[in-house]
Amino acid sequence: MEYEISLLTIMGISIIGALSLNLIVGFCGQISLGHAAFLGIGAYTSAILTKAGIPFFIAIVAGMLLSGVFGLIVGFASLRVKEDFLAITTMGVAFLFMGIIRKQEVLGGEMGIAMIPGSGLGKFGYMLLVMLLAGALILFSIYLKNSWMGFTFNAVSADENTANLIGINVANYKLIAFVLGTAFAGLAGALYAHNIRFIDPESFGFIESITILSMVVIGGMGSVWGVTIAAVLLSIFPMWFQFIEDYKLLVYGGLLCLIMIFSPEGLSGISEKIYAGVRGKRSDASS
Amino acid sequence: MLQVDNITVIFDGVTAVKNVSFSTENGEILGLIGPNGAGKTTIMRVITGTVTPVSGTISLREIPLEGKAPYERIRLGIGLAQQIVHPFHSMTVLENVTFAAGYNKTKNPLLSIIKYAKEEEKQKATKILQLLDIDKISREKPDNLPLGYLKRLEVARALALEPKILLLDEPLAGLNQIEAQKFADKLLELNHLGQTILLIEHNLSEVIRICKRLVVIDNGVKIGSGDPREVMDDATVRTAYLGEGHHVTS
Repeated sequence: MEYEISLLTIMGISIIGALSLNLIVGFCGQISLGHAAFLGIGAYTSAILTKAGIPFFIAIVAGMLLSGVFGLIVGFASLRVKEDFLAITTMGVAFLFMGIIRKQEVLGGEMGIAMIPGSGLGKFGYMLLVMLLAGALILFSIYLKNSWMGFTFNAVSADENTANLIGINVANYKLIAFVLGTAFAGLAGALYAHNIRFIDPESFGFIESITILSMVVIGGMGSVWGVTIAAVLLSIFPMWFQFIEDYKLLVYGGLLCLIMIFSPEGLSGISEKIYAGVRGKRSDASS
Repeated sequence: MLQVDNITVIFDGVTAVKNVSFSTENGEILGLIGPNGAGKTTIMRVITGTVTPVSGTISLREIPLEGKAPYERIRLGIGLAQQIVHPFHSMTVLENVTFAAGYNKTKNPLLSIIKYAKEEEKQKATKILQLLDIDKISREKPDNLPLGYLKRLEVARALALEPKILLLDEPLAGLNQIEAQKFADKLLELNHLGQTILLIEHNLSEVIRICKRLVVIDNGVKIGSGDPREVMDDATVRTAYLGEGHHVTS
């Protein structure tokens, strides 16, 4: 039972991490290759605060907020650079985060931070909390996608210049996407820290950024259900099949290539094509 | 309505527009014409704020537009249909227009998260699509639609912003003569409904037919303005269009 609880907890954290990136990449079309850094900011903030005696719930909210503040700063970069330049900039942010963490003794340096206090909820209670938060983020993402903010994100993602020429303050919408996405990444990081109870710079390295991006791309950028399913699959497969964990970059890289070549819309695109095919056959049969 | 005063634009030392001034009256359809490379689209871009002039001023209903970002100018009452169509490919035709129709709900980015209902905007968008005779394709994605539909979609989306002035950058370009004539009739109908229009167009026969007044630009300089027939009979304008060797015989 303990194994299943651990599995579900990791799954829930992965869902939150993937959906947080989906807000930026999927909804608003702003590429980010350094998302793990924001999980790291949330994780380190919450870990340090709880070790200093701050209650768990206040600490994870602080982790979210600080991550969101750094997200705002990186968001300003997205106003000056686009597409592949933004990808390189966000990748630089990830390496900058790693570089700073490694050199700061107060943050544990290379050794990381161990013995992070737990939530006090017990393993089962913690799993419930994580699943509840993941469920809430799924619902929030669905709501957001259908709100006027989500509608506008869609327009900005499709064509920033045209959005501007129909009266959209593109800059502010992009900043909001970055703040929301990175704040939820901070939440995922904080939850990770109190689950594993040990963090080091490698926990939030470039490979982790690519792992989260894989979940979004494989699920289908912008699709809430697609990304959720991809997060579930990609978080549990490495635990079921050791070779995936051993060859993580190879497997995820290969999957990314396959998706980009055969179905750029990801799992959601594949399911839509199947649904459209079935519906087409039904209407042919009825006519 | 729209007042353009002494606009000068210089790109890398080359003067693209020089001291151009004109204005539009409320409810009129004004044609802005000129040969290729005359500077018409540059003037349009100066009005929308995507190009900054080195000198001159622009105002809309006596509100100066200097220093205002393109989205702010649009919200002051400018609707733009671009020369090269730019539909949002991820949205259907109806969604494209619905999105523009919800401009009040997207005005404040933070508050847009609590705005959810779209029914009112959908109804408004449907009426605009009907007005432009493209309601039959409202559920289609723009990807596979012919240019004629996309040109109308571009205008529909601009109309959904309820603009005080509609800027149309070569809306008839790429259309055959029959399509162009029908679309020009539609623009005239919009004008009769009270819509002020500034029309940049190369199709002279249609421009002369639907516009009451023309402004002619050549090499970035205004070379004529007034009644379409009189303007087109002007020797300077004829030379600009037909070349130095042309002699006016009539």
